[in-house]
Parts: sequence; C-alpha cells; structure tokens
Amino acid sequence: MPRNKLQKTQREEIMSKQGWPLYEVFIRARAGLSHRHVGSIHAADKTMALDHARDLYTRRNEGISIWVVKSADIIASDPIDSDALFGPAADKIYRHPTFYKIPDDVENI
Amino acid sequence: MNKEKALIAYVTRMGDNAIIMAQRLSEWVGHGPELEEEMAMGNFALDYVGQSRMYFSYAGELEGKGRSEDDICFLRDGWDYGNVLLLEQPNGDYGETIARLVLFETFYSLQLGALVTSPAKKLAEIAARAIKESTYHLRHAGHWLIRLGDGTDESHRRVQDAIDRLWTYTGELFEADQVDQIMQSDWEAPDLTDLRGHWHRQIDELLAKATLQKPDDGWMDSGGKNGHHSEHLGYILAEMQSLQRTYPGANW
Repeated sequence: MPRNKLQKTQREEIMSKQGWPLYEVFIRARAGLSHRHVGSIHAADKTMALDHARDLYTRRNEGISIWVVKSADIIASDPIDSDALFGPAADKIYRHPTFYKIPDDVENI
Repeated sequence: MNKEKALIAYVTRMGDNAIIMAQRLSEWVGHGPELEEEMAMGNFALDYVGQSRMYFSYAGELEGKGRSEDDICFLRDGWDYGNVLLLEQPNGDYGETIARLVLFETFYSLQLGALVTSPAKKLAEIAARAIKESTYHLRHAGHWLIRLGDGTDESHRRVQDAIDRLWTYTGELFEADQVDQIMQSDWEAPDLTDLRGHWHRQIDELLAKATLQKPDDGWMDSGGKNGHHSEHLGYILAEMQSLQRTYPGANW
C-alpha cells in the first residue's frame, strides 16, 4: 500500500485537478551559452516536469542541459509599471560606454 | 543451424520486437492522458521504428537475397514474426502500457548492454545507439511506475493489476532456444539465465520503490519467438501492412 498518507493526499489533490501545474522550460544549447527560455509544459511533479521538458523540447538536438521552474514561482514585472521601471533609462545615453576614444595602437578591444 | 542463420534470425527478432512495440505505443497518439505524455509515447514509438529499420536492413543485408527493410517488415505473415508475446498485448490503460514498458525495457537495455561488444559489428553498433534510447524510456516509464504505484489507491490497484496480468508473458524473455544458444556461443549475445538474474534484481528494486508486489513466477505463456502468437498480432499486422499489401512497392 502507498507509503505516506500525507503525501498521498497531496498527490490525490494534484492528480484530480483539471490540469497539472505549469512549468517554464529553459534549455542550454551548448557549453558556454546560458539557459534560454524555450516554452512551457504541464507536469504533476518535478521529475515529470524534467521528463516532459526533455520529451518536448530536445527532440531535435536543441540542448545539453535543462532547467524547469514552476511558472507560479516566477515573480514578474507588471506591464502597467513599464513606464516607471524602464522609461527612465531610455534617455540616459551617457550610461552606455560610447564616449571613450580608443587609441589606434591598442589592439584587441 | 549455422551461426550466420542464427544471427539473421536473432536480428530479425529484435526488429520484430521493436516494430511491434512501436505499433502499440503509437496507438496512444491522439489518445494520451496528457499532451506531454502523448508526445513522449509518440517519440518512443519513433525511436522504435528507427531501431527496427536498422535491424531489418541489417537482416536483409546478411541474408543477401535482396530483401529490403520494407520487404521484411511489411511482407511477412504472423508466423514469421518472432516478437515476444508481451509486446503484442493490448495497451490497456496508461498504467498497463507503463508496466509493459518497464518489464520490457529492463530486459531490452540489459540485452543491448551485452550486445555492444558482440563481434557482429553492425549489431554492436545498432545496440550502442539503441541503448541510449532504451535507457531513457526506462527512466521515463520507471518514474511513472513509481508515481502510479505509490500514488492514489486507484492508481496503485490498477498498475498492480497490470503487472499481475503481464507477468505471465515475462518468462518468454528468458527462454533460450537454438538461436539464442548459437548467438551466445558464437556472437557473444547475453546468457539469458544470467540476464534473468539481473532483470529480477532491477525489477525488485523498482517495484519496491513503487510499493508494488512482485507476482510469483507461475505458468508462463510463450511461443512468440517461434511465430506462435496470440490473436492480437494479426490485427496489428493487418493495420500496419495494409498499405504495402494493397499497393505493393508504394513509396513516399
């Protein structure tokens, strides 16, 4: 019989819900690159999330490493706040390092 | 039977196992319990189709009578198919499909693991490729077996029933006939008695994690390897072969 009553009720709850929780999938294409968001999948638990990410997003040799993150655990900025958050940076060109003169005889910059 | 004939028969049987498993798994396409699982079963089916193509092409090449992979796959009747009975059993519910995958893949990955060092070079190459797929299938199905076995009362009951029902077809996996014996002595194929020991240890471990009971080894059904099949195979072949038989030589 199932081992753990508490776990069992939790699982019953997850399995009986209309849908499984959503996970975001991040794939690293090659060593040296960072993980990039590629899409999302549904899964009832962590192991399943990793299996599903592998089955759906690495079929055509897309990656060498997978991260999955519960979508609900991602804290996202609200589009309504866009002006306040990102507007101020738009007119501050002096923050870009484009005002330096690079001497001609300095190589490899 | 000489060693060349045994190799042809053995490779063809491996192709038969792969293509029949592929047919069964592909039945989930359009019917999977979740989109993601449906994709997984479709992927696994395609892995098996790919493997069966390699086995059949190799068998045709060894035979040297100009038979292509398609000829071997689509133009043989049930009595020429040497897949094990376990694989032609209907899918049942998802738990039963998972149980079958676990029982077979545990056997198959052990078989492939031994074949990678076979002096039959091409067979060894196919095995080296297939074992990666097989290892993943087993991982995926193993996770599901644990999830269902150690899940709700209903999932536990249903997957236990599936294991009990399929158990009677597991004996055949380890029954060595003349082909297996020649393969073992001349082509370094695995000793099925040894393999059975490893299989039981792995299955014991997995069933324990899944809180499932291992059935007793009672009467075991067999005959598939020698072409004595259940009625299910006929339906699988009828569907799979209908196009080639209606339009011989049809191509993409």
